[in-house]
Amino acid sequence: MFDVAIIGAGVMGCSTALFLARAGMKVVLLDRGAICREASGVNAGTLTMQMTRAALIPYALRAHEMWLRMPEWCNGGHVLATACPGLSVAFTEHEAAMLEERAHFRRQAGAPIELVTPARAQEIEPRLSGGVIAAGHCPIDGFTSAYLTGRAFRPALLNAGVELRENCAVRGIAAGFVLDTLAGEVQAKRIVLAGGVWLQDMAAWLGVTLPIKVLVNQLVVTERMAPVMRTVLGVASGLLSLKQYANGSVLIGGGWQGIGDRVRGGLAVKPESFLGNVRLAAHAVPALREARVLRAWLGLEAETADALPAIGPIPGIEDAWIIGSVHSGYTSGPYLGKLLAQAICGRAPELPLFPIDRLLAQEKAA
Amino acid sequence: MMHDIAVLGGGPAGMAAATEAARRGARVVLLEESAAPGGQVYRAPPTGFVVPADADSRVGDALRAALRQSGAEIRPGCRVWGVGGGPLVPQGMAAAPFRLDALAPDGQSFAVEARALVLCTGTHERIIAFPGWTLPGVLGLAAATILLKAHGVLPGRRVVVAGAGPLLYAVAAKLLKAGAEVAAVVDLAHSREWVRALPALAARPDLLARGVAWRAKLLARGIRVMAGAQVSAAAGGEVLERARVGDTWIDCDALCVGHGLVPATEATRAFRAAHRYAAAEGGWVPVLDADQRCSVPFLYAAGDGAGVRGAAAAPASGRLAALAALHDLGMLPDHAAARAAPARDLARAARAGGAMARMMALRPELVQAIPPETVVCRCEGVTRAEIDAACADGAGDMNQMKQFTRCGMGPCQGRLCGETAAELVAMHCGGRERAGFATGRLPLRPVAMDALLGDFDYADIPVPNAAPI
Ligand SMILES: Cc1cc2nc3c(=O)[nH]c(=O)nc-3n(C[C@H](O)[C@H](O)[C@H](O)COP(=O)(O)OP(=O)(O)OC[C@H]3O[C@@H](n4cnc5c(N)ncnc54)[C@H](O)[C@@H]3O)c2cc1C
Ligand SMILES: Cc1cc2nc3c(=O)[nH]c(=O)nc-3n(C[C@H](O)[C@H](O)[C@H](O)COP(=O)(O)OP(=O)(O)OC[C@H]3O[C@@H](n4cnc5c(N)ncnc54)[C@H](O)[C@@H]3O)c2cc1C
Repeated sequence: MFDVAIIGAGVMGCSTALFLARAGMKVVLLDRGAICREASGVNAGTLTMQMTRAALIPYALRAHEMWLRMPEWCNGGHVLATACPGLSVAFTEHEAAMLEERAHFRRQAGAPIELVTPARAQEIEPRLSGGVIAAGHCPIDGFTSAYLTGRAFRPALLNAGVELRENCAVRGIAAGFVLDTLAGEVQAKRIVLAGGVWLQDMAAWLGVTLPIKVLVNQLVVTERMAPVMRTVLGVASGLLSLKQYANGSVLIGGGWQGIGDRVRGGLAVKPESFLGNVRLAAHAVPALREARVLRAWLGLEAETADALPAIGPIPGIEDAWIIGSVHSGYTSGPYLGKLLAQAICGRAPELPLFPIDRLLAQEKAA
Repeated sequence: MMHDIAVLGGGPAGMAAATEAARRGARVVLLEESAAPGGQVYRAPPTGFVVPADADSRVGDALRAALRQSGAEIRPGCRVWGVGGGPLVPQGMAAAPFRLDALAPDGQSFAVEARALVLCTGTHERIIAFPGWTLPGVLGLAAATILLKAHGVLPGRRVVVAGAGPLLYAVAAKLLKAGAEVAAVVDLAHSREWVRALPALAARPDLLARGVAWRAKLLARGIRVMAGAQVSAAAGGEVLERARVGDTWIDCDALCVGHGLVPATEATRAFRAAHRYAAAEGGWVPVLDADQRCSVPFLYAAGDGAGVRGAAAAPASGRLAALAALHDLGMLPDHAAARAAPARDLARAARAGGAMARMMALRPELVQAIPPETVVCRCEGVTRAEIDAACADGAGDMNQMKQFTRCGMGPCQGRLCGETAAELVAMHCGGRERAGFATGRLPLRPVAMDALLGDFDYADIPVPNAAPI
């Protein structure tokens, strides 16, 4: 009998598991595949305040700090987190207005974003396109190599006594929390659903209807090239995220949609999205024209009806919890897991959770 | 224009597939990266080069001539970087026409669409890492063949030729003919392996005669042929100076080495077709029926890319694939009669080809012998020790090992290191099936951003709606 069974070993499940185990609980963490191989291992790793939803800024700021200091709290595990300034730019009047409005809301939420002139933006990012007419600058930004996430968490989890069961899909949950898994039954006093876009299926095991939209996000990486940029660069609409890693490769993202679904995973790029995304990138940093595109891939991101997170107790089912559907969820992930662990241990979390009562009520009304 | 059939790859399999389909009235397009169709074995020399005719070039010329007369649209010099359509559509939608995205010789990007797609993408060479294998002067047997066949260029003056399979002797013979000194031929196969292969090779007297002739030529010239031996290390200052076999170091300025051929399955993987691991056919291959059909409707694979069976088998499997595609498209009433001859040809040729392929199959002992500090992934500088450590840290398959180490994330996308790395992972996780393969993604080949982007206005970029604040 475990104190808690966590289903889904993405960044949400891993950090929740780690902090619960450190608080003395006997934890089992189950994933149908390998650790952090879905969204949490294939995402763009941007730790940006200018794409995070305003309501999440306080969480993201704390998590940003956690990522940068990961070795200290994760047994030396790390994801090559790098701090750098962030720029969000506008090419049209419409975008400039959007930029201003968004910077305002995010500033109110605590992100130190200032609007700067194109000349100043170009000082910060010398190879920036001359077509920029306004920019938001945030000194707190950065990025990670998200593919390292599983490797970073794994030893720390094992060290903390978490029982990690990979390739062990859960198929259902019976009362008293008896989990039906590929490798037999697992019993636990509490459960945490941390299943990314599969949260909808998991909630259904408990008889809870929680619609989760699936975003099929596309990413494109170039071959290594000489340094062309030093910020995390985005556009006002949030449809671009661009950065260059220490090894010279440039990662192009921004949430352009490809083909895929919960069943088949991230399947293929749409030719027009692929082209559109790289054109936007090259429009922002023209020097990217000299690069060669190496690989494009897709991952699945979860979104609730109001695009705000699902984090908290599951109403009506004692000792059942949920965590996920966080916009820019990689950025906030480790801190949110820590908060949920606090709540599960019966303590008041440092910052409020995002209980799903609102979503269930909305669903009932509909 | 919508084609009935698109053929990707213009080796013997692709040329025969396109020819067969076009002759029977289908609208066919063939895309090939090289400047002319031909593929590995029948590679056409670049215009302006005169390379003396041999048996290979005559067969190649015949296939090319038939292709030209067939009415198929031939698009050489076109690097296909994207595949799509077919099953790669949103959930619930009917399968789409297949789509190939390519760069034309002038650098322009274009796409072709077809109702059926025949993949004839051939092989990559397998080179199992050994100390010094990344030194300049060490090159693959395939690369050496291209230098010799297509450009008439010598890879070095004093050359060691090492590895497995008939390519070894072909390269050695071509080197001699071109005037190089062959310091040694180091064959992984013991003489008894060749003896065992003889009955199967007898099905292809031409091939056998050629093999015997090559060996005779080497012996007559007093060339050292070392059987059941391997180059265990290469060394030199800036460039290769010597290669080690057993306890001896052999001085050389080029080492041509190849440990067999691996089917190029990037495209079938991108389509999520079912694959199986078949060591004797070169590695992971698409699951096919007797008519070269993949598990994905209207998708076919032929030639060595569908499992290594050699140049003689390739056209027959290409024809079978074309006939199946025509039949599935409703364009060939009497499929059974039409397929009989190529099916027979394939069975016969595959016997000899299969014996050769088995000799070129991966030899796990080579991987076991790799020292810890040897670089396996040269693009990313990942050593064997790092791969072993990642596996010890819980990476239980190729995709996770790749995430943990970056092995296979560089420009070659695992084409060069994939076999060594997969074998290392397999040693930890209990076999190649478990180790699996890296997910197939686009582009199939790195593609220059400039060519891809073309000219555009910002206003034309279809930027989706803004994310919520
Ligand atoms: C391409 C892409 C780019 C992104 N870029 C960024 C970015 O730059 N910055 C940022 O902050 N955020 C980004 N995100 C969002 C971020 O990646 C996600 O919000 C976050 O990783 C979600 O973590 P998770 O743990 O909730 O989900 P996941 O990582 O998806 O984990 C869910 C886990 O549940 C497991 N599971 C599912 N079903 C079962 C079952 N039946 N039994 C057991 N286990 C099961 C899955 O195998 C999976 O491992 C991006 C997302 C994508 C897809
Ligand atoms: C170097 C070498 C030498 C060989 N010599 C001999 C020999 O002497 N005798 C013998 O019997 N066999 C030989 N073989 C084996 C023989 O080449 C193969 O059995 C035969 O070529 C297989 O034919 P194929 O059509 O399947 O593939 P290939 O001949 O390899 O043709 C595949 C074609 O597809 C094209 N292609 C692949 N991907 C793309 C893309 N994305 N875009 C555009 N084009 C693409 C390639 O350019 C290539 O032309 C040799 C193999 C190699 C590698």
